[in-house]
Amino acid sequence: MGDAPIITRGLNHFFGTGDARKQAIFDINLEIERGSLTILMGPSGSGKTTLLTLIGCLREVNDGEVRVLGHELNNAKEAMLVGLRRRLGFIFQAHNLHESLTATQNVLMGLEVHGSGNALKQRAAAHHVLDLLGLADRRDYLPGSLSGGQKQRVAVARALVSNPEIILADEPTAALDKESGHTVVQILKALGKARGTTTVMVTHDPRILKMADRIITLEDGRIVSDT
Amino acid sequence: MSHLLTLLFGRLPIGWLQLTHSRGRFFAAVAGVAFANLLVFMQLGIMGALNSSTMAPYAILNADIILSSQDGNTLTDGGHIPRARMFQALGVAGVTDATPLFIGNLPFTLEDGSSVSLLSFGIDVAKPSFTSPNIAASLDKLTLESTVLLDEGTRGMPATVISELMNGGRFSFETGGNTLTAIGTMDAGGGFLADGMMIMSDQTFLRVFPSRTSGAPNHILIRTADGVSKDAVVARLTGALPSGNLRIQTMTGSASNDLVYMATERPTGIIFGFGVFMGILVGLVIVYQVLSTDVADHLREYATFKAMGYGQPFFLGIVFEEAIILAVFGFIPGFFVSLLLYAGLVSFTGLPVAMDASRAILVFLGTLAACSLSGAIATRRLANADPADLF
Repeated sequence: MGDAPIITRGLNHFFGTGDARKQAIFDINLEIERGSLTILMGPSGSGKTTLLTLIGCLREVNDGEVRVLGHELNNAKEAMLVGLRRRLGFIFQAHNLHESLTATQNVLMGLEVHGSGNALKQRAAAHHVLDLLGLADRRDYLPGSLSGGQKQRVAVARALVSNPEIILADEPTAALDKESGHTVVQILKALGKARGTTTVMVTHDPRILKMADRIITLEDGRIVSDT
Repeated sequence: MSHLLTLLFGRLPIGWLQLTHSRGRFFAAVAGVAFANLLVFMQLGIMGALNSSTMAPYAILNADIILSSQDGNTLTDGGHIPRARMFQALGVAGVTDATPLFIGNLPFTLEDGSSVSLLSFGIDVAKPSFTSPNIAASLDKLTLESTVLLDEGTRGMPATVISELMNGGRFSFETGGNTLTAIGTMDAGGGFLADGMMIMSDQTFLRVFPSRTSGAPNHILIRTADGVSKDAVVARLTGALPSGNLRIQTMTGSASNDLVYMATERPTGIIFGFGVFMGILVGLVIVYQVLSTDVADHLREYATFKAMGYGQPFFLGIVFEEAIILAVFGFIPGFFVSLLLYAGLVSFTGLPVAMDASRAILVFLGTLAACSLSGAIATRRLANADPADLF
């Protein structure tokens, strides 16, 4: 195997047990290059999110191989998974912000996972990312008083703030208007160039496709095109 | 508060922010914990009242060893023993003094026609060292025929009578064809044994209990020399005195035997013990419900944190933080409402229901432990699940 940050070999995934057992993805073989922006496309139910959560260490691998940043995830120990999740930035389809924390505090959660450190520096870093995403005047708002797009941008900030090596994004632009969606993808591309951050993004958004380095299309759990 | 806690924990006080985010829910959780506290406090209070009313007669006496008849279960029941044992005991090495103690119950009819029973102690007023210091001080007044010290807490006794007595007044009353005059009060507390207590000279006692004789007291109280082991003297007395129908115990040993007897063999003790058990059980269930509901409510948010790379110790930290907050905030109202209810119970029943520091600390620590344990159990669901399955 090469040294690509994400490698899958013969990856299958099943949901349920017994008669209800259903295969969601079939024999996925991928190698994703460092610093690239890859888009996963396909109709709903095609297994995009399943593949993304498997790579993101959010789901136990039950058949095949997944290597993320050089670590095999099949049969991996919990402690290893916890360590690996800290090196990834996951942007969820639903923003999944903590309702009782302000925008800044939510972003801080992305930093504190690496240990408590200098509180002032952490706060400054959190503010910087929020400002970058156009939320300078919403720093101390609770999610309850933010719009859907603003919440989504806070979630992006939370994923980016700790400089992850891989960013996994599940429809990050769905709740965003054209302009801020564009901004988010541009930031991700810039991170890829500057820091070698690898991004895998599930999206239906045609506006983004032309910015991608690679587009993989899934149908019924199988890769049908890879360009 | 939030900034203070951030400094304290070295991380955001998620537990605190989460709990106080929704005031209504926070109030309900605190009320639940407070109610659990209240429940346990009430049961312990009643159990404690039984214990302290068992101990009340011991509180007015002051001795090292007690000789009793074998058929008695506690200090206040059982038959007589020969006074000759006192003289025999005085001949045993280590015994410095001894005195007979007479105990009986006197009925007393209140002005409203209801009858109360007064637990009466007859003692040798020439030996004040055998009573507690505050009683010993007024013991010489009892040399007057038919005078008594009356319990301040006597159930049903008009408050005016007690306050008059405390200000040096007198109160005469009739019982069993004899007239007795209370010339002072003592603080003993009625409790479960009787409606009140009364102390008088052995001469007065024998007059109001004509069937009793000076040769057959209920107990013999013994003082031992300083620096001599009480247990050693008990052993020596056991060897020296005739063994028939005689129980020889240290005063503390006798008191703890009485407690055990009242708690494990009398129906009241068993019922109250059961009450404490049920109170703790129901309290635990309430606390578990509060904590596990809270964890369930935030499962989605925890799953996100887990996906970000937070491990189980972090979640336990949040839950323990919440456990401490809920234990503290629930304990405060639980404690004060219990004090109110204790006061209510005292005024309605005259039972010695009182809060003591060790009970308060014990209940607080118990609450803390129950909250922490419940939270820890509730977060186990999080430990075993894939984050993706929890969204």
